[in-house]
Amino acid sequence: MIPFEYRTPKNLKEVHATLKEFGADAKLMAGGTALVIMMKQRLVRPSCLVSLGSVRGLNGIELKDGGLKIGGLATHRAVESSSLVRRRLPMLAETYHHVATLRIRNMATVGGGLAHADPNQDPPPSLIALGASVKATSPNGSRVIPLDEFFKGYYETVLEPDEIITEVFVPKAAANTGAAYIKFLPRTADDYATVSAAAVLTLDKAKKTIADVRIALGSVGETPVRATAAEALLRGQPLKGDGFAEAGEKAKEAVDPVSDFRGSAAYKKDMAAVFVRRALEKALADLRQQAKAKAAPKPAKKKAVKKVVKKGKRR
Amino acid sequence: MNKKIKFRVNGKKVDVDIPTNRLLIDCLRYDLGLTGTKEGCSVGVCGACTVLMDGDMITSCLTLAVMVDGRDITTVEGLAKNGELNPVQKSFIQYGGFQCGICTPGQVVAATALLEENPKPNEDEIKDWMMGNLCRCTGYYKIIESIQKAHQFAK
Repeated sequence: MIPFEYRTPKNLKEVHATLKEFGADAKLMAGGTALVIMMKQRLVRPSCLVSLGSVRGLNGIELKDGGLKIGGLATHRAVESSSLVRRRLPMLAETYHHVATLRIRNMATVGGGLAHADPNQDPPPSLIALGASVKATSPNGSRVIPLDEFFKGYYETVLEPDEIITEVFVPKAAANTGAAYIKFLPRTADDYATVSAAAVLTLDKAKKTIADVRIALGSVGETPVRATAAEALLRGQPLKGDGFAEAGEKAKEAVDPVSDFRGSAAYKKDMAAVFVRRALEKALADLRQQAKAKAAPKPAKKKAVKKVVKKGKRR
Repeated sequence: MNKKIKFRVNGKKVDVDIPTNRLLIDCLRYDLGLTGTKEGCSVGVCGACTVLMDGDMITSCLTLAVMVDGRDITTVEGLAKNGELNPVQKSFIQYGGFQCGICTPGQVVAATALLEENPKPNEDEIKDWMMGNLCRCTGYYKIIESIQKAHQFAK
């Protein structure tokens, strides 16, 4: 690593002032787990490293308009272990649990990961399928960017150099919605995927017709890929036996993987079809599981019954 | 470019004046002489360099030393108290949780963090937590056994 200036601004105003002072050679750093590797490899050589570690108030996870508002500096570990996320959107907690190892998840942040924009990451496909957006803040104010318009290429996003991801917002899911993220890992559990797929599936009231569906894939292109043609094939259609398999086949048209030690391009393309189908099946299973849990007698009532029994015994 | 930082290592306050590009692992090993923490892969995969920051496991080969300013770091040297090994260390010795030993500091630091959160983890919980600590000797069975039985040594 070449030497660099290291700054620890305490708030966004100071962050922006430091960025202005050093211009294009300054680099923002949150958890540092991705950036430090790139600096070690001399792929990135900032003259100044602007640490966001001392900026307060950007790591909260809370409910907003029925959806989830996640601070840009919340760690991956905070998301996966948040009782709010686990309750409202277990699929998102699971997705963050899939990222690398616990040591990395303790440091890596939600905003930092997205800004890093490695197409092999786990969270982007899930967040895109969930219809999430990021809030980017610059000295001129904030703008909201839907995540499916956020990634431009390998390690490249639409963020301007002075924009910081301050928030990720995941909107409330419609009724009768199931979600799933799956990852094909032929090597080790902490590896990048050969292909990964996320699906969010909404059925109509009668649970017979697909009211809406969003599908996104990772590791099969320069950016995370949304399979819009595959979605169109399913949207408005009745649930039928081979519908998901057809959507999987259609998703192959959206991907453009490269051959590497995780699989040849042709193999990854074939696996994209398989994993889109499985993600859809898992999303449907999730939806049915939720409906079952809802229909089941509530545990609170059981407790009430027990209490009565106890009281009776005491008497 | 240098920076002065203060932090705690194994309960002791330290002051160092270090280059900004110093990695935490190098600061621990070369500036502070704490060579128990090992460097394996250098890219955050193998877990040999695991240390605790404010009780949470981190990868010291991907952490700049300047990032731990004001924090509390625990290395393998800090696990024993008053010369007595901690339950995880005793269990690794009793149940043969290591062979060559290069991954062991990372393994016992990680396992100590696990037991702090979950004193009696089952096998799946151990595998999930320890997933990022690689060992090329033991086949992991002895490590899992050592962690599962560590509670026997707790007071």
